[in-house]
Amino acid sequence: MIALDRCTKYFHRGSVNEVLALNDISLTIDDGDFITVIGSNGAGKSTLLNALAGSFQLDTGSININDKDVTRWPEYKRAKLIARVFQDPLLGTCPSATIEQNMALALRRGKSRGLGRWIKAGERDRFRRDLTTIGLGLEARMQDRVGLLSGGQRQALTMLMATLVRPEVLLLDEHIAALDPKTAGQILALTRDIVAEQDLTTLMITHNMKHAIEFGNRLIMLHQGRIILDVDGDGKRRLTVDDLLQQFYRVQGEALANDSMLLT
Amino acid sequence: MTIYAALGALEQGLVYGIMVIGVYLTFRILDFPDLTVDGSLPLGASLSALAITSGLNPYLSLILAMIGGFVAGAVTAILNTKFKILHLLASILTMIALYSINIRIMGGPNIALIGAATVFDPVIALGVPPHLASVVVFSLFAALVMALVIWFLKTEFGQAVLATGDNPQMIISQGVNTHLIIIVGVGLSNALVSLSGALVAQNQGAADVGMGIGTIIAGLASVIVGETLFGASSVTRAIIAAVLGSVVYRLAIALALGLEFKGFAFSPSDLNLITALLVIGALIAPKLKTRLTVR
Repeated sequence: MIALDRCTKYFHRGSVNEVLALNDISLTIDDGDFITVIGSNGAGKSTLLNALAGSFQLDTGSININDKDVTRWPEYKRAKLIARVFQDPLLGTCPSATIEQNMALALRRGKSRGLGRWIKAGERDRFRRDLTTIGLGLEARMQDRVGLLSGGQRQALTMLMATLVRPEVLLLDEHIAALDPKTAGQILALTRDIVAEQDLTTLMITHNMKHAIEFGNRLIMLHQGRIILDVDGDGKRRLTVDDLLQQFYRVQGEALANDSMLLT
Repeated sequence: MTIYAALGALEQGLVYGIMVIGVYLTFRILDFPDLTVDGSLPLGASLSALAITSGLNPYLSLILAMIGGFVAGAVTAILNTKFKILHLLASILTMIALYSINIRIMGGPNIALIGAATVFDPVIALGVPPHLASVVVFSLFAALVMALVIWFLKTEFGQAVLATGDNPQMIISQGVNTHLIIIVGVGLSNALVSLSGALVAQNQGAADVGMGIGTIIAGLASVIVGETLFGASSVTRAIIAAVLGSVVYRLAIALALGLEFKGFAFSPSDLNLITALLVIGALIAPKLKTRLTVR
């Protein structure tokens, strides 16, 4: 179980550019939850995931993962528990290392790295089997540098690498947004398969309302650093794109109303 | 070029080749331009000279030199990672501080090692002619360092070092403390540079506070010459190319110094200018090439 308790984060605090990115957010995530995260630009979606991953320290609040208080853990230490896939396919892999080197790096996520060989006997066979499951033919190119792969291939590899060691939570930050529609569909299907197979606790940011409804068992909507909608179970199953859009317009209308009130 | 000049260039290329591997580790692998080397080369020389004149075994003095170099590199890396000082500036600060420290270590601007014990003594005792002893010793050291660095980069830790230079965000997400990697990496690089400096001092019979000037430029020139002539398709190849590049660079310098044209000849003090021009040429050549082909 993951518990965020009253988390607040300001950026550029004390300057004219001050932004309240997370506004007193509390969220409890049960094991096996697959949560889709939606919200307009600047709503705090990525900030929420980055707060969990430890990209920055919170101003106030605490984060517990499986009863471990990780609030003060640096990003690299939280990687023991957390795997991430970024929007930019270039961020998840090392371009000048080969496919198998990248996978060997990922297989040691959160483990101490000593003076043993970078790849051990048997690991290559495992990598080959794992690569076969994603169906892109990468198993025949294990000695190729990752820089030679396409964005979609790199993102598929990143998905696979993120789950070579089962994470306590998987964070997907618009991980298909930079891909063409066909590749995006493939990566999404791969995501669904891997999450189901390993029964992973997952947070997935998406801009696509259909995906947000279709995937996962729970949906949260963020607005101005707050969670303004949190539905699961039957409520989520009954949700339609129209419901979400209405919700969007309602909060944005509110924002407009507030602004106009300020101006008059 | 006489055979003695060629032999001298070969031995210089080998001994400075150890320094070049250090520069390769920071400049190419960690993507951390490190000017500490201009101070850590004489640091190694100073520590080794002080140790030998105090009666320590010349081989043990090398270990002392490497520890000193590691600390110097670690200081630069800590300034950069923990205190967010730009890497170039952090390394210049350490380099400047080392100038004073080296004079303190030696109790003056230099220590003469004429007649003192050196790492060459055991080899000469085995019957190797004295004028070949340094080539033999430096070949052994260069080969040993190459083998160790290649082995190191193929360990789990070494792969994390490679990834840190390649994609820091990725390797942090894989649970690697990149600050530690950079501190150890820059430390190891400077340990090699100090080792090189200690061996140079024992060979030329003196440690001198000014002997480090231009080390980074010579190192870069050698790395670039090596990559251009011998390739860098794999880490193993790149490390070997770095040392070979160092040898070619020293041979080219020896050739240039031997040239005479209508009464004009290069003097050793022109070396830095020639090297700087060489590095500038190598750095802008790829850009000029793309610009010319685009048109």
